[in-house]
Amino acid sequence: MFLDYAAVFAPFVAFLIAGLFGRIIGYRGCQLITCFGVILAAIASMRLFLDLSLGEFEPRTLPVLQWIKIGNFDVSWALRLDSLSIVMMNVITIVSSCVHVYSVGYMSEDPSKGRFMAYLSLFTFAMLMLVTADNLLQLFFGWEGVGLASYLLIGFWFEKNSANAAAVKAFIVNRVGDFGLSLGIIACFILFGSIQFDAIFSQAPAKATAVFNFLGYDVHALTLVCLLLFVGAVGKSAQLGLHTWLPDAMEGPTPVSALIHAATMVTAGVFLVARFSPVFEYAPDALMVVTVVGALTAIVAATIGMTQFDIKRVIAYSTMSQLGYMFFALGVSAYSAAMFHLVTHAFFKALLFLGAGSVIHAMHHEQDMRKMGGIWNKIPVTYVLMWIGSLALAGVPFFAGYYSKDLIIESAFADHTWFGNFAFWIGIVAALLTAFYSWRLIIMTFHGAPRWQHAHDDHHHAHTHHANDDHHHDHGHHEPHESPPVMLLPLVVLAIGALFSGAWLYNAFAGTPHHAPAGQHEISTTEHHGDVASASKDAHHKEMTRDRFFGNSLHILPENDTVAAAHNVPKWVKVLPIIMGAAGIFLAYVFFMWLPQLPALCVRIFAPIHNFFFRKWYFDELYDVLFVKTSFWLGKFFWQKGDQATIDGLGPDGISARTKDAAGVLSRFQSGFVYQYAFVMIIGVIVLISWIYWRQA
Amino acid sequence: MEGFPLLSLITFLPLIGAIALLFVRPSASRQLALFVSTLVFGLSVYLLLGFDKGDADFQFVENFKWLPSLNISYHLGVDGISIFFVVLSALLVPLCILASWNSIYMQVKEYMIAFLALETFMIGSFVALDAMLFYVFFEGVLIPMFLIIGIWGGKRRVYSAFKFFLYTLLGSVLMLIALLYMYGKAGTTDIPSLIATPFPREVQIWLWLAFFASFAVKMPMWPVHTWLPDAHVEAPTAGSVILAGILLKMGGYGFLRFSLPMFPEASEYFAPLVFALSIIAIIYTSLVALVQTDMKKLIAYSSVAHMGFVTMGIFTFNIEGISGALFQMISHGFISGALFLCVGVVYDRLHTRDLDRYGGLAKNMPVYATLFMIFMLGSVGLPGTSGFVGEFLSLLGAFKANTWVAFLAAIGVVLGAAYMLRLYRIVVFGEQKHADAAAMKDANKLEIFIFLPLLILVFWLGVSPAYVMERVEPTLQKLTTQVTAGQNLIPQRPSLAGVEGDIKER
Repeated sequence: MFLDYAAVFAPFVAFLIAGLFGRIIGYRGCQLITCFGVILAAIASMRLFLDLSLGEFEPRTLPVLQWIKIGNFDVSWALRLDSLSIVMMNVITIVSSCVHVYSVGYMSEDPSKGRFMAYLSLFTFAMLMLVTADNLLQLFFGWEGVGLASYLLIGFWFEKNSANAAAVKAFIVNRVGDFGLSLGIIACFILFGSIQFDAIFSQAPAKATAVFNFLGYDVHALTLVCLLLFVGAVGKSAQLGLHTWLPDAMEGPTPVSALIHAATMVTAGVFLVARFSPVFEYAPDALMVVTVVGALTAIVAATIGMTQFDIKRVIAYSTMSQLGYMFFALGVSAYSAAMFHLVTHAFFKALLFLGAGSVIHAMHHEQDMRKMGGIWNKIPVTYVLMWIGSLALAGVPFFAGYYSKDLIIESAFADHTWFGNFAFWIGIVAALLTAFYSWRLIIMTFHGAPRWQHAHDDHHHAHTHHANDDHHHDHGHHEPHESPPVMLLPLVVLAIGALFSGAWLYNAFAGTPHHAPAGQHEISTTEHHGDVASASKDAHHKEMTRDRFFGNSLHILPENDTVAAAHNVPKWVKVLPIIMGAAGIFLAYVFFMWLPQLPALCVRIFAPIHNFFFRKWYFDELYDVLFVKTSFWLGKFFWQKGDQATIDGLGPDGISARTKDAAGVLSRFQSGFVYQYAFVMIIGVIVLISWIYWRQA
Repeated sequence: MEGFPLLSLITFLPLIGAIALLFVRPSASRQLALFVSTLVFGLSVYLLLGFDKGDADFQFVENFKWLPSLNISYHLGVDGISIFFVVLSALLVPLCILASWNSIYMQVKEYMIAFLALETFMIGSFVALDAMLFYVFFEGVLIPMFLIIGIWGGKRRVYSAFKFFLYTLLGSVLMLIALLYMYGKAGTTDIPSLIATPFPREVQIWLWLAFFASFAVKMPMWPVHTWLPDAHVEAPTAGSVILAGILLKMGGYGFLRFSLPMFPEASEYFAPLVFALSIIAIIYTSLVALVQTDMKKLIAYSSVAHMGFVTMGIFTFNIEGISGALFQMISHGFISGALFLCVGVVYDRLHTRDLDRYGGLAKNMPVYATLFMIFMLGSVGLPGTSGFVGEFLSLLGAFKANTWVAFLAAIGVVLGAAYMLRLYRIVVFGEQKHADAAAMKDANKLEIFIFLPLLILVFWLGVSPAYVMERVEPTLQKLTTQVTAGQNLIPQRPSLAGVEGDIKER
């Protein structure tokens, strides 16, 4: 019981202590208390996972405190523990623990490292509140809370103008998504009379034909609710349309990118849709929209990712693309496949980001891959870990990403709708691009001739001006150097996840009673690790299946069960993604290793297309004109032409001018002595009351 | 304590204190004013503790004949609508006196007298249950406020005070005429009796408009809002705190106390107008706030936008919308007050309100930056702060009444984040461009002490608003029943068409 609460509140307590008493307990105290808090939460979460995978878990909701109650509107703070939230809690706390420990090393030179650790813990708490919510409003609290933490951490180096701009952009673009989410919450309340999950989910089938009048149109009620919620998911998970904040968010310190902008916060949208599977199942049009948006995001992000040079931005676009995969999996009702990819992705993407951080650390704060190269033997551990992460990302067999990504692609194929097919082919193409840009990154960063020696001197000068940068390194030697153990150890933990989590969890996320053996042969690998992999202990007494693992926390109509159908897809569908991945790796070697003049040639030949991709499809420019500039222009217009010229001009200023013109006598009253006005008013009131009194008498 | 005139004591103790101030040395005036206002706050807390949360009716009622021949009585009482405004007024005044401790050094005694007199008028207008008495207090508030802006204000105080005067005069004259008319018809100015008096529809419409003129200026609603930015800019910090914290709430209070229960049909008739003006206020003034370069003007415009949520919520006529509006008023009372105090802290040091003269304060003023951040987030309506509860419930109520209204108002939530984050980014983040701004000292103990109660309120009412909600709900339930019964309508226009009936089989 205590541990259940600690799983959520330990990071919060740590945040309060580090935030309020940071100066008293010092840096070391802040680091210790926050790491302790989040590791405690991780242990408590793993305990729940253990119960769950042993089949000894009863879903439960722990009460905390009443929140808002007025009329029929009644919500409370509570912790809902079920399979879905426990999976999320484990992802969050494990990755967060790794990132906390890593940050101790990564931020060691930063004067504000206490504040940094406090923010990380605040984020962890908000994210845990989000996933353990038992109603939409608490989910919204977590949703905005992680947005706040993201804002604070992106803008952590607050003296950097670009960091501030990115932080504000992230917050406001997310607010646009929250605009949809909050309307969706309200629509839920009006439709279902409650925003408790249980009440909503139990009524959803009965409302399958309900119609709702929204903005004057009669629309299918469940589709409306789902789409409004999905707008929120699009914002938080950086899907096409509201994605522009994510690449800019890379302004934040690298551990932040790993934790928030890869592993956890950006997957909140996926979690939301999965959580609402009992409603989405009855809103096929909404599922169609989710699929199409997800598929388009997957491909658009991949095309941009191919062309970028900032190592973190490449990984950011890769994240966006992988989130696209998760969303189209949700759209074809393969909720467990999306959750599966969410888990494996959290491991390998956090690994890639922290690995990139280790590279940046080694390169004395250089992020441009054009200024790297030839460092693989200088930082061998990082190099190997980056390989593991990339292999998992590219979906190379038996790495984690292989299981989850293939399952998604197969499920899309098994959906047999036009959008399922669309998503399937996009998934295939994006798999090629994923492998291509991943090895582009590896080759440009680690191989070839070193391009950093002369470039670095310029950078060194620039660096001295940045008083508050990533870290102040001893610039006496310019050789790239391997990171300290406190940074490498968390990477190793994540690498274990990137290597084995796919095989461990396959049965729980994809196993169906008839086809469980599909993942059987990998089970042997689980013997290497016993930490999260308690699923394997279960194998001897009862087969773990998706239905058993998730219980009621996911709801799939039998005719929509694409994950089950995915086991029966033709052989070529299973093999094609692997071939595409291998082809992508091969192409990357051709382009960047064996024929290094080829990329420049391609850029010249396909200049317009390359430019279009490199400029990120011009989303930023378009939005700047459409929204940012327009808002400021309108604001100026309303202020100067509306308030000052029209309202004041016709109103008080105009009247006073006319009065002055008409009666010079009156102008003496406008003496500016407020006493006079006040005095006249009192006199007026007295006269009036006397008059009434006198008349009555 | 039965029969003890607690409300009268709370109302007039500040005035007694003001008179006492006349006889003390100017150097002791700060201490005496603080003592009196703290005592009043203590009494208001006592009042709150004695308030029966299950009772929808007026409590602590005092009713004496004042002008018997006119049937005007001295009638006081509090209910769920007014109780928290009384406490809020009593809380803000001592904080204002503390905030003025060092920044006001001219005519201190007169300043303190003005503030205590102001407190009497503010509390009086919330507890008055006779329309005439209410009118006296309601208008009386203007006098000390004029003085505070006009004497201790900034450079353009004359223009601002004049504008303030012109607007409010226009509104209050019309309201007075309407009150006199109602008195002629009902033979009384007793508020509960007036509520019980049914007026014909055509009459209601004219009366509603007359009251609206007064309350809309006070709110202020678009397009009669332009006095507010000027008044705020010129007022001293404490004046702004009271102006934003309490005076703006009198319009909303007036709608709840007069317009809705007395003229339910007219309120229904004019609801679309109010919605339209509220939406314009929310979007228009948010955009205007986005381009301001004066810190106080920016927050003043944001207040207009926030009050747009209030008027919108009130005219939804459902319990969620109205309670949201009321909660928003209470929460805005201390959040905007705190924001003006935040401006005051740096204004006292640098004597400019120009955004660009600041920058990078997070470095030399970390405690201040944290406090400012929290109140900024409260203003943005982040869940977990009190700003969220009111904003969300008003949106919910609006959605029930009309989805378009909610849809457009929700845009204001996005814009609200945009202008507040811009303000914060320019002032607190960024590089330290100016040596004098970079040399400013962090918030001192006194300043932190002033912020502390407001800080507690932001989180307390954000995480657990039940204390307020329980106490306002019975009164508001009664009000909504009254209003909807008066409108002779089905309580809600159904925005949910045919939930049970199937229109399309999918």
